[in-house]
Amino acid sequence: MSEEKKIAAAELLIECRKLQATYDYLPFMTAIDYPEKNIIELVYRLQSTATNETLMLKVELPRDKAEVSSLISVWPAADWHEREVYDMFGVKFIGHPDLRRILLPPDWQGYPLLKDYTDPNMIKKPVTI
Amino acid sequence: MSELRTEEYHLSMGPQHPSTHGVLRLILKLDGEVIKEAIPDMGYLHRGVEKMMENRVYIQIIPFVDRLDYLAAMNNNLAVVLPVEKLANITPPPRAEYIRVIMCELNRIASHLVWLGTFALDLGAVTPFLYCFREREPIMDLFEMAVGSRLTYNYIRYGGVASDISDEFIRDTKAFLSYFRPRIDEYEALLTENPIFLQRTKNVGIIEAKQAVAYGISGPMLRASGVRRDLRRALPYSVYDKFTFDIPTGTVGDCWDRYIVRIREMRESVKIVEQALAGLPAGGFKIKVPLNLKPLAGEAYVPTESPRGELGFYFVSHGTNKPYRMKCRAPSFCNMNILQEMLKGWKIADVVAVLGTVDVMLGEVDR
Amino acid sequence: MLLDLLIILIKSAVALAFISLTAMFLVWMERKVSAHFQMRYGPMRVGWHGSLQLGADALKLLMKEDIIPKLVDRWVFIAAPVVVFVAAFLAYLVIPFSPVLYVKDLNIGLLYVFGVSSLTALSIMMAGWSSNNKYALLGGFRSVAQIISYEIPILISVLPVIMLSGSFSLIGITEAQRAFPYILIQPVAFFIYLIAATAEVNRTPFDLPEAESELVAGYNVEYSGMKFVMFFFAEYVNMFTVCALATILFLGGWQGPILPPFVWFLIKTYVLLFVLMWWRWTFPRLRIDQMMSFCWKLLLPLALANLLVTGLVMVLIK
Repeated sequence: MSEEKKIAAAELLIECRKLQATYDYLPFMTAIDYPEKNIIELVYRLQSTATNETLMLKVELPRDKAEVSSLISVWPAADWHEREVYDMFGVKFIGHPDLRRILLPPDWQGYPLLKDYTDPNMIKKPVTI
Repeated sequence: MSELRTEEYHLSMGPQHPSTHGVLRLILKLDGEVIKEAIPDMGYLHRGVEKMMENRVYIQIIPFVDRLDYLAAMNNNLAVVLPVEKLANITPPPRAEYIRVIMCELNRIASHLVWLGTFALDLGAVTPFLYCFREREPIMDLFEMAVGSRLTYNYIRYGGVASDISDEFIRDTKAFLSYFRPRIDEYEALLTENPIFLQRTKNVGIIEAKQAVAYGISGPMLRASGVRRDLRRALPYSVYDKFTFDIPTGTVGDCWDRYIVRIREMRESVKIVEQALAGLPAGGFKIKVPLNLKPLAGEAYVPTESPRGELGFYFVSHGTNKPYRMKCRAPSFCNMNILQEMLKGWKIADVVAVLGTVDVMLGEVDR
Repeated sequence: MLLDLLIILIKSAVALAFISLTAMFLVWMERKVSAHFQMRYGPMRVGWHGSLQLGADALKLLMKEDIIPKLVDRWVFIAAPVVVFVAAFLAYLVIPFSPVLYVKDLNIGLLYVFGVSSLTALSIMMAGWSSNNKYALLGGFRSVAQIISYEIPILISVLPVIMLSGSFSLIGITEAQRAFPYILIQPVAFFIYLIAATAEVNRTPFDLPEAESELVAGYNVEYSGMKFVMFFFAEYVNMFTVCALATILFLGGWQGPILPPFVWFLIKTYVLLFVLMWWRWTFPRLRIDQMMSFCWKLLLPLALANLLVTGLVMVLIK
């Protein structure tokens, strides 16, 4: 049912404008951090409300320069999702009108969902199972 | 004589405010009572669940998601269990699927009851609140009987449910359903055609269908705008394809439509539970699943219809006993996105009406 | 002269004690009524069915620390609860509970009641402004807008009564209803009065100044302890006043068969009080603009039409 498609970061906005005709609904988008490959992968789930066709759109960004154009002009739904990804992964969305931290306090240091994020208060508990 | 000067001012509504339902803060830019801009400020309840999950084995995840949307913990349990089962190729026995549906629909009723009560309270009607909680109580009792706890259940597990339901539970659930149906009429008698209620909700906070889809709205809010999309029908999960029920929709997309959609949804939930109880198959309630579950490498996302909208957990597994990444698609987080647009130009009193019909659940928004 | 003054003083003291007790009883009654509407019991522990609960509550509130926030307008903040209480109390002086039970019969009694009760708007504005809190300020604004607007339909709705009885004195109006209470010939005026009076005393569905789900507690959000009690009491005293006035104007006051006049007066008033409580626990709240348009576009024209018809009929009958 759900297809997968990888596209380059530079083409994201142009491609999505085309995709919007079929996939009018953006349930969520998120990011996954792969430090060993040195990429952050953005995952967009696109859906058509009419036919329920689903597309998982994937974009790989270099970790050290994680920037991509914002999709807020295509799907307004992307607004808070992009802010959340910025908040948690530090990905910059170019063209986002209000790119602030959304869940964490504005003065927070670092991006907690990156795999190499540490905080003095973090305790790694051993899992015994 | 100096000229009369007016000034905009900021009102910080929340995080401690009776009608922001938890710890939401709205920064309102006001001109008198009229809202120029409303900026939601969240994160007061942020617990970093997504980060925590990266260090937890799969079985430890379920109790955490109970605490996201604590009014619909069953639905959260189901939403988190389904993608993992998909990754690990587990097929629960049919009896377990039916029990899941019964529990989820009962939880949907309970959640909608809390919503209805608090919404009426926001509009100044105190009595429906207590009526709703009166009916929620037997549901909690039913859960207590089947699960042992009343709010955070940790009941739906990989490969089935934690324990079988007894005949006593089935009997009491049937009794509850026949008791509950006329109660819905009672709420409607108090609110639906009440002229004051109509004035407060009709044509207030309208979301058009197109706008709702573009903003990624889901659940009763989307249906109130006239989009006939219910994930139980659109992308059936569990055994929802075996039941007949209507998908109530609104026409205008105002607060009243969102109210009536939820009221009708309660009736539909009653129907589903009745059917599930009638068709409850015999057999095991759980298949054996290793405690230290290691799903195959891959990714899975199963959207489910929680009381608030599309709830799903996106799992990325690397074949280890912990998820590499877990993302929670929280319905009220996405539904609140449109709040800024909706509130512009309305009055303070409408903020509580609109916020009430969005049905935010801060545990889920902040995660 | 001195004796007269003394008598008035004693009467006032009795009236003060009476309204304090009334207010306390009303608070208890409201809690019980709301509880039974909502399938609860309400206060049950202190005394018979919680009848002494109010004593306990009053004691608690009296012993509370009197907090005056730093940035408030100190004197206005302190004066506001006093003004509201005095205003509520003053209205009592002219209300006749029976042919003999009243403090003073003024020949302009009705005007006097409306005059002093509009002081409430002043005190609420004082409280809202001096609290230095936006919620309180909004509550104060709403309250003033509401009380001033609704005073107009109230006054116009009682004008027919004055025309019929030919008196401004509350005793005179009561006496004029010896044959039949005016509600029989003035039902429209009665309902306009009752609705507008609900707004006048800030009760649901017109409780916008203290809408707790919007403005937290409105104008009295910064008040605590005894000052809060004064606002709280004044609300119930005002409620009693408007209901007592409705009894006098439309239900024939103390007049009734068999039972003593005082009892009749209380029965009629408490029936109206119960109606107000009934509304409060049934209805949602209106929005400010809806409430205003309801007043200006519906109540006021209706009251004017009623006045006109009454005048025409009186002329024709004559």
